[in-house]
Amino acid sequence: MKFLASFYGSSIGKKWVVALTGLMLVGYVVGHLVGNLQIFAGPEQINQYAAMLHSMPKALWVIRAVLIAGLFLHVFTTLKLAAENKAAKARQNERRASTAPKPAKKTMVLSGLVLLSFIVYHLLHFTVRSTDPRFHSLPRGEHDVHTMVILGFQNPLVSGFYLLSVFLLCMHLSHGLQSVLQTLGINSKSLRDTLNKGGQTVSWILFAGYASIPVAVLLNKLTVVAP
Amino acid sequence: MKHLNLKVKVWRQKNASAEGGLVEYEARNIPEDASFLEMLDILNEQLQEKGEPAIAFDHDCREGICGMCSLSINGIPHGPSATTTCQLYMRHFKDGETIFIEPFRARAFPVLRDLMVDRSAFDRIQQAGGYITARTGSAQDANAILIPKPAADKAMEAAACIGCGACVAACPNGSAMLFVGAKATHLNTLPQGQPERNQRTLAMVRKMDAEGFGNCSNHYECEAVCPANIPLTVISQLNRDFVKAAVSESVQ
Ligand code: FES
Repeated sequence: MKFLASFYGSSIGKKWVVALTGLMLVGYVVGHLVGNLQIFAGPEQINQYAAMLHSMPKALWVIRAVLIAGLFLHVFTTLKLAAENKAAKARQNERRASTAPKPAKKTMVLSGLVLLSFIVYHLLHFTVRSTDPRFHSLPRGEHDVHTMVILGFQNPLVSGFYLLSVFLLCMHLSHGLQSVLQTLGINSKSLRDTLNKGGQTVSWILFAGYASIPVAVLLNKLTVVAP
Repeated sequence: MKHLNLKVKVWRQKNASAEGGLVEYEARNIPEDASFLEMLDILNEQLQEKGEPAIAFDHDCREGICGMCSLSINGIPHGPSATTTCQLYMRHFKDGETIFIEPFRARAFPVLRDLMVDRSAFDRIQQAGGYITARTGSAQDANAILIPKPAADKAMEAAACIGCGACVAACPNGSAMLFVGAKATHLNTLPQGQPERNQRTLAMVRKMDAEGFGNCSNHYECEAVCPANIPLTVISQLNRDFVKAAVSESVQ
């Protein structure tokens, strides 16, 4: 307990908390995509997958609880660090220049907060299902994820916000992934370029994966299949 | 030799508690082979002739080795070339240009007067752990302790840090991680630094936090301005060493 308090009280300790929870959330982002992409294999496949997850409610709730706690720690600790950083640079020079500029770095907090609002909306939309009454009477019953997702994304506003959010997510990760490794002490002169490029490549592959679903729906490549 | 006429906007502040502000001056007839500090010397002479107080700025060796000179020039610590301000030459500037000259800014570096800031927080971090304990008496044979070449190179590279504080000034968070990373890596990499490795790392990081520096958020602005080319991998090494030390402290 004393260890945790002094660890969290230090600058590097807090950064480790952000990095470790970030890593966990990336793991979820990858796993979630693997689940989502099954929509291209037809209603049986993805609906079965959803039913399988719901067949173990205890495990599901443990995972959800861990993810929510991780997300909370990630956001809370980052905001704490950001506030401390602001205070450490209370006064700014009139002329400021950046010698290592990258939009993704400067917007980590902003992209993160937009993502947070997206996550809340996304959960209300597809998990709690409180935004769309059609989701309460799906043709194949409660676990008809296939129909639900396609109906949801047929609304261009929903798809648009989703695309914007996954774009911000991947921008967040394009800096975040290598940042996590640097914070956890996994970096060296010889690894550096590989880790940088690797992080960016993984981010944009994730973007392509996530974006493919609403785009396919909007282009009518994915349509509701009658049971 | 070409001469330049410049406009400079300089941060003037009477003392640590006074309010400061930018004041514009004309620096006339500056040889382009003058260093940036020599330009300020010439400007100071011109000011003193007019009976105005000279601009206070830090300097010592003027050879790029002591780390005493500072200045944020057009928003970049040590200005547009990859050296210290004392090694920056006026040929990097154009005739008629306006140059902003401001102090190295951070909460942990309070302004003392004009362009001089108090960087003694760095000394206190060093005193907390940036040393090794050696027995006194006659020195042992230099080859008695074997040091692998990669370790020697890494330590040497980190030891190049001159402690100027440009990293803190460049960092949007006012973080001192590049400095502390360099100082800790220097000793943590060598056999002589091993006995106090954990203790050193914990003490230096805790002092750094207590002095009011910000937290590194991996912007890497520090590395880009460092006149001694300290690589940001010293920060990842510090991140690693700190957690190892914190864990081993807790299980002792
Ligand atoms: S005055 Fe010594 S490094 Fe510039």
